[in-house]
Amino acid sequence: MREAVVLDPTVVGVILAMAVVTYATKAGGLWLVGRVDRSNRVEAGLDALPGAVAVAFVAPVLADGGVPEWSAAAATVVVAKRTGNLLASLTVGVAVVLAVRTLV
Amino acid sequence: MSKRRREIDSERMAFSGVGLRAGIIAGTPVAVGVAGYGLVFGIIADRAGLSVAEAALMSATVLAGAAQLIAVELWTEPLPVVALLTTTAVVNLRYLLLGAALQPWLRSLSPLATYTSVFFVADENWALSIEAFRNGRRDAAFLLGSGIVLWLLWIVATVVGATAGEFIESPTRFGIDFVLPALFLTLAVGFWEGRQSVLPWAGAAGVGIAAEVFLPGKWYIICGALAGVVVAVVMRDA
Repeated sequence: MREAVVLDPTVVGVILAMAVVTYATKAGGLWLVGRVDRSNRVEAGLDALPGAVAVAFVAPVLADGGVPEWSAAAATVVVAKRTGNLLASLTVGVAVVLAVRTLV
Repeated sequence: MSKRRREIDSERMAFSGVGLRAGIIAGTPVAVGVAGYGLVFGIIADRAGLSVAEAALMSATVLAGAAQLIAVELWTEPLPVVALLTTTAVVNLRYLLLGAALQPWLRSLSPLATYTSVFFVADENWALSIEAFRNGRRDAAFLLGSGIVLWLLWIVATVVGATAGEFIESPTRFGIDFVLPALFLTLAVGFWEGRQSVLPWAGAAGVGIAAEVFLPGKWYIICGALAGVVVAVVMRDA
């Protein structure tokens, strides 16, 4: 095992290059949108974007999942609708997925 | 639909300590969940041959869970530099879309505040912040606050995982793998606009699921999200 505090110059270089690439993706979309003419179509697209990202994120997880994930997803949605409280829906979702996984 | 956008346009966002604190408080429970992945990253990084300091440096400067996990999987001597950087870019492409979605709320800030905040964007605090802004929080420092607490716990968890990896149980046993899906589900509930959302969401879900089967990494998020946006724009034109 290597010394905990070792910092190899090549490794540091690669890590910093990874950091630059990542930052470019985090800043790039925002920068680009700020420079585009905000036509109605761009507005409509931007408006739909966060919901579309959320759905694209979750749908494959549920498609790959089983009964624990599906019941936890249903519980999360119900709690989110009823309470509008993020922490409540997160807690219930994680609790249900754990509980059902233990049972199944 | 565009009415809401205009409301956002007309309001200037603050960037204050109040928002920062609110972000830290709201971000903490989610960051604890993320720390579970930080442990996993630390363990894998240690096995891949990174020192604790190198793993911590990566978590502190890159701050992108999926990209870091895949990078340390690719980690061999000599380092495959091109593959590492290409993979990082591809896995992180989704941040272009996440950043674009944040722009309406950040556009009135100074460039320094904006471009400092985006460094701290991760999937989790992006979802938290979009939810908060959409529900009327008019302080963009919420994004920075929730990002900073996530960043700190991510680094701490990396160090713990890399140092004491073999003593830690698999975090999926605690259900934290469902934190992110639950977060995005809650976000989706808030974005539901009735019939108007049906077709764009069906497009996002269908294309996302198909892309996840056929494409590697995180392409499914990009493909699915773009499909949803295209459907929404076409519906507007129709």
